[in-house]
Amino acid sequence: MAVSELNKRIPTTLVWLLLLTMPYWLPKVGGYVELGTQVVVLGLAAMSLNFLLGYTGVLSFGHAAYFGLGAYGAAMTIRYLVPSTGLSLIVGTLVGTIAAAIIGPMIVHLRGVYFAMVTIAFGQVFYFIAFRWSSVTGGDDGLTGWTRLPLDLGLVTVDIQNNPIAFLYLALAMFALAVGVMAWLLRSPFGRTLIAIRENERRARFLGVPVDQHIWISWIISCCFVSLAGALYALLNNFVDPRALYWTQSGDFVIMAVLGGMRSFWGPLIGAAIYVVLRDYLSSLTENWMSFIGLFFVLVVLFFPRGILGMVRRKVLS
Amino acid sequence: MTLLRVESASKHFGSLIAVNNVSMTVEPGELRAVIGPNGAGKTTFFNLISGFFRPTSGRIEFDGEDVTALLPARRVWRGMARTFQITEVFPELSVRENLRIPVEVAAGLRLRPWLSRDADGEIRARVTQLMEMGDLTSKADRLVGELSHGDQRAIEIMMALALKPRLLLLDEPTAGMGDQETYDVTQLIRKLHREQKLSIVLIEHDMRVVFHLADRIMVLAEGKMLAEGTPEEIAANEAVQAAYLGTAAA
Repeated sequence: MAVSELNKRIPTTLVWLLLLTMPYWLPKVGGYVELGTQVVVLGLAAMSLNFLLGYTGVLSFGHAAYFGLGAYGAAMTIRYLVPSTGLSLIVGTLVGTIAAAIIGPMIVHLRGVYFAMVTIAFGQVFYFIAFRWSSVTGGDDGLTGWTRLPLDLGLVTVDIQNNPIAFLYLALAMFALAVGVMAWLLRSPFGRTLIAIRENERRARFLGVPVDQHIWISWIISCCFVSLAGALYALLNNFVDPRALYWTQSGDFVIMAVLGGMRSFWGPLIGAAIYVVLRDYLSSLTENWMSFIGLFFVLVVLFFPRGILGMVRRKVLS
Repeated sequence: MTLLRVESASKHFGSLIAVNNVSMTVEPGELRAVIGPNGAGKTTFFNLISGFFRPTSGRIEFDGEDVTALLPARRVWRGMARTFQITEVFPELSVRENLRIPVEVAAGLRLRPWLSRDADGEIRARVTQLMEMGDLTSKADRLVGELSHGDQRAIEIMMALALKPRLLLLDEPTAGMGDQETYDVTQLIRKLHREQKLSIVLIEHDMRVVFHLADRIMVLAEGKMLAEGTPEEIAANEAVQAAYLGTAAA
């Protein structure tokens, strides 16, 4: 028991040490702070997707919808309602979560490819709204004319507007909250019912788990945190455009989760890091960077079907 | 009061009539066997009772209440638990985890995002008790997918028992087992029936098991009920011998 407890704590400690010290070591290895923030934000999105994909066994191919709703929710709050970073995060997260809660009951009885297809379809609906409704959303050009604002915490004001390191730590704080809640849920009786559904849906059903209801709740939790990631993404870029809602963005989240390893808690974060760093590096060399990421993805899926972290874990155990 | 009452249940799949107007009552504490040749509709009949399918016509009452339209999970909450002909467990989880999930569901904790230390202790104690009952303690932390077929069967039965059912439905519990394993499972079922007074409905192919365990036997053939009675009556029934026992014994 003691050994397995230790085995679980080491990766978690390591991940947090690396994340919290990013401003010190990132520049030394040729990175920059915003790149680290991108990893944190997209990693949060991929880990949220993985709550549904890796721990409930349900593949959503439409998580960009809620990512984008979070992003537009945050951006439009600042642009049209109140100049408050805190409020924009809350509104963005709520918009995505409420949309997911409403759409959920229409789709949670579907399985496999049917579920994936319907999530894409709903995602595209939001994409076209953002694309067409130019007067409000800025259409294809994106929503500009706003920027994130210093974070007013009552006693102190943190300048996340001009200080990228301060914004990184805001993103990390949100990341910690979301990831902490997910880790906690997965160790609870509710979390175990999700794993039961992933392992054997029929068995779960006949053990008295109303499977559709539990998938619905898992879907809402997953979409809630992906919306939070979307809101952070808008604030990071001071910009949002309809591509944040497009189905290929959903595909990117799936790629990150599978690349890193969807059966491991931190896997999708590793996947996001690889994805973001490769994109940053390759896109400065070639316009066809996506084909290299695609090739890399194919190689990983072929040779390490449990993802990068799945492979590392297997090596450590054996 | 009658525990389970099936009234004229039928199930059609297109033009195929898998179960044709079958009725059955099970009294509390009874062990009922359902037998019949392959394709007789035994498993479909089970699926109607447990809520896997809704009957095309007919009615199912459990504990005096109509459950015909209830989802499987709701029937479980009312005290009906089942196992499957092909073992259904959580292969990538340990024995302990496999049992923990139904124990928590039975304790009404399925939606709980946290557990108090006391509640956690109670759950663990119940899991330990179930592992002892199923002779699984030495394998507690093994992954179920790595264990033998017989062990997986025992785990599946224990998972059903973890739900504290008032009616246990066992679909061919000894299918694919060797003599020793068959004996062990038979002893386990006998113990549950005799010592815990658990009501059980059992589909079984192995006639030794059926005649050893059952209080009453129902024979299905081609979706219809052919006969019903005590083991002695069924053994003496000519229609049954012609349709089933004759071919099985030969």
